[in-house]
Amino acid sequence: MAQVTLRKLTKTYDATPAVRGIDLDIADKEFVVLVGPSGCGKSTTLRMIAGLEDISDGEILIDDELVNDVPPKDRDIAMVFQNYALYPHMTVYENMSFGLRLKKVPKPEIRARVENAARILDIQELLERKPKQLSGGQRQRVAMGRAIVRDPKVFLFDEPLSNLDAKLRVQMRTEIKRVHQKVRTTTIYVTHDQVEAMTLADRVVVMNAGLIEQVGAPNELYHAPATRFVAGFIGSPAMNLIPCALEEVAGALRVRLNGEVGFAVPPDRTARYRPYAGRSELLFGLRPEHILEQRPQQEPNQEVFEVALEVTEPMGMETLVYFGVNGVEVCGRVNPNAGAQAGQRMRLVADLNHMHLIDDASGKVL
Amino acid sequence: MVVAHSARLSAVRPRTRVRRLWRRKSTIAFAMALPLLLIVGLLVLYPSLYAFYLATLNKSMERFVGVANFAFLFKRETFWMVVKQSIIFAVSAVLFKALIGLFVAHMVHNVPTKGQRKWRGMLLIPWVIPPAMSTLAWLWLFDPSYSAFNWLLQGMGMDAVPWLGDPYWARFAVILVNVWVGAPFFMIMYLAALKSVPEQLYEAAAIDGANWWQKLWFITLPMMRNIIAITVLFSLIVTFANFDIVRVLTNGGPVDQTHVFATWAFKVGIESNDIPLGACVSLVMVPILGLAAVFILRDITRRGGEG
Amino acid sequence: MATAVLRGNARPVRRTSMQRDRKRALLWSYVFLFVFVIFFLTPPVYMLITSLKTSAEISAGTAPWWVSDPTIQNYVEILTSPTYLTFFRNSTLVSVLVVAITMLVSIPAAFALSRMKFWGSATLATGVFLTYLIPDTLLFIPLFKIFVYLRELTGIEFINHWWVLVIIYPTLTVPFCTWIMIGYFGSIPKELDEAALMDGAGYLQTLTKIFIPVALPGIIAATIFAFTVAWAQFLYPLAFTTSTDQLVLPVGIVTTLIKGDVFNWGQIMTGALLGAAPPLIIYAFLMDYYIAGLTAGATKG
Repeated sequence: MAQVTLRKLTKTYDATPAVRGIDLDIADKEFVVLVGPSGCGKSTTLRMIAGLEDISDGEILIDDELVNDVPPKDRDIAMVFQNYALYPHMTVYENMSFGLRLKKVPKPEIRARVENAARILDIQELLERKPKQLSGGQRQRVAMGRAIVRDPKVFLFDEPLSNLDAKLRVQMRTEIKRVHQKVRTTTIYVTHDQVEAMTLADRVVVMNAGLIEQVGAPNELYHAPATRFVAGFIGSPAMNLIPCALEEVAGALRVRLNGEVGFAVPPDRTARYRPYAGRSELLFGLRPEHILEQRPQQEPNQEVFEVALEVTEPMGMETLVYFGVNGVEVCGRVNPNAGAQAGQRMRLVADLNHMHLIDDASGKVL
Repeated sequence: MVVAHSARLSAVRPRTRVRRLWRRKSTIAFAMALPLLLIVGLLVLYPSLYAFYLATLNKSMERFVGVANFAFLFKRETFWMVVKQSIIFAVSAVLFKALIGLFVAHMVHNVPTKGQRKWRGMLLIPWVIPPAMSTLAWLWLFDPSYSAFNWLLQGMGMDAVPWLGDPYWARFAVILVNVWVGAPFFMIMYLAALKSVPEQLYEAAAIDGANWWQKLWFITLPMMRNIIAITVLFSLIVTFANFDIVRVLTNGGPVDQTHVFATWAFKVGIESNDIPLGACVSLVMVPILGLAAVFILRDITRRGGEG
Repeated sequence: MATAVLRGNARPVRRTSMQRDRKRALLWSYVFLFVFVIFFLTPPVYMLITSLKTSAEISAGTAPWWVSDPTIQNYVEILTSPTYLTFFRNSTLVSVLVVAITMLVSIPAAFALSRMKFWGSATLATGVFLTYLIPDTLLFIPLFKIFVYLRELTGIEFINHWWVLVIIYPTLTVPFCTWIMIGYFGSIPKELDEAALMDGAGYLQTLTKIFIPVALPGIIAATIFAFTVAWAQFLYPLAFTTSTDQLVLPVGIVTTLIKGDVFNWGQIMTGALLGAAPPLIIYAFLMDYYIAGLTAGATKG
């Protein structure tokens, strides 16, 4: 059993707070990703879990045991670093077996474990090479191998794919997922790339400025973001956030963006939004894939509007269209054959079933 | 027609111009390196070879006596004493210099970076002061009648030490001063090497389960292997051939018990006016120095090949 | 607070605070550093203390580590002594000239060896460095004989004159300085010379207008190194110069101030301290260049 619990975990550097009291429960065998922009505290949190940073306040428990003062080597964890941190003067075999050799594990067992890990990662032929003879992807595998060999309670990954080129990154992502399915160890993974987070995680923890914005399964975060930050962070291209006002017109609620454009709020949301009727510092959130070209058949709660397109980006399978509303650049994804042209007006459809309303002042999704 | 002709001409001319440039480049280069080669050739290589010739002459340098000088030396007890002393002196001094240098470098490295500069500054001072001058200070500190060290010892109830009078203490004194002068150099070198080891390696080792001396043994020292080898070999050569400290501190005394090759060669060659014999003494250093130089060369080229 | 409660599975793990461990390690580091600073600074400090004492206080020998009656008499005597000033003058002349010669020889040679790859330049560079390993203690006897011979041959006084040292000292400074400069020049990207060539500069102009300014830190480091070595030299002047008016500082102090059995330690220490002053002053102001000169040889090598 390897659960990890963080209670009011805090880290302050001199006068600057890096992590401001976070609570998190990670279940055994779970793959949790901490994601957020640079400086949000995700790496600091990971390093505190590893024992490489002192804890200013709060508790870390691994398997219900308080590990605040336990040195890294006694926490039964393994870490994969962004720069791999392979020992340059040792062979791949020696790199992977270093931890076991320090613990005086008998040689036959070391060999068995290293070869097993090498097999999982497909690096058997590299065992006698030195790190400088390996490519970036191979080094990353060796770093993972070093972690697997230790058979720890928790794997910690600190932005392991940041140093790889785009294609390799995609490859290694699948690799990591495959390994996790085979070696079912609790994993805490840190990245700034939300695509990695979404594809790898059982649960995603979105962090910002030292606090947790939201924790949830990828789908949950995508379709039901709790805060403005999460709404804007998850998803690429990002969700459109347009200043709007909520009006009550003849008993029904309407979202008014500007003089021209306004939408009716879907009936199933009316009850939820009614308390906020009359407010004008709100944000209307709609993902680009929910702004489409006008189709012959219209679903309920889809409204048509017309705008002048500023830029179009043909992507092959779709065309991204950009237009301005209320001074905000809005992105939509239309069929490549819909005849979108920059500078021309076009009729688009907003699928309001997926709309979000956000209170600009508090940042909360209503 | 004319246009085409001149076009072809200008195509030919740049090529000869380029060829001339090539020739000029290497001659310029050679000319620039020439003074260096002259200095080294005339004042280092030639005298070294000349030393061999000198060693084969008799005292008044009139007759050729072959290896008689060497034979004479090998029979003398003082010679073997000098050999023994030089080797003990060089090996122990370099050993202590390296160990102290490594230890102090670690201490400086542990201190927050902002404060390191002033510690480094203070610790390097023995290296900056001309050795002849600082040895005078040590001479005064070891003075038989007025030694400040003895004053402290006696103040604590212990006996005064005949620092320069007793052969064993004299050897200790010479080694001590040599270590004092040389350790800062090692410290600076090793500090630079320590800084070049990436911090993440230590973090990975911490997670792998290494304590402080395992980190030192498995990570720090292997990564520093090259610089340790180079500094040790370099220092062996320099310490082995050292002159200033022994000359000022003991001048080889008491009773020739602290003579090393350099000081004895000086005494025999210049002071006793037997140049061939002095040359002999100096030359005995050559095989030992040559061996060390071979190791250094091997290490340099090996390091150039590795990442 | 929660430590007492959560002892579910009693694993024998050390519960020492890592922060406390680190603080303790830091404290010990400072302790050792302090000890070694005392070890390294005791001789120069003692030189200073002695230099401020009168002869009477020294011979009384009551409190060697403290000055009860400070005097600058020693300094006055030394600084007004024509002998000492001659030493100082000789040393300065020799050192400055040697530095000039060294830089004039080293910089072009380093440029040629590192940049203008001509046949054998790499082996030549290593070879030059290796000759640096031939110690002065091997060369001084044959050089002595050579100069005696030259004196007989040409009638020029090659022995017992300080300017002979100016000829010899470069053997000590040029190889290592060239090595340092090769390292610095090597770290300048090749694109810089190519850009200069495009702009129409010849090799000499590339050297003077581009390389020297960019490699200035290395040049300063090499200059400091050459000066320090030249100033501190003891063996060659001891062998080659004997008359008092030709001696350089290190030799002068050691031989003239130590006359027979009577040692005027106050003066000796003052002389020694003043003799150590120029390198120390340069070091105080240019410490970083000084250190760069040392480490450049090894880490860049």
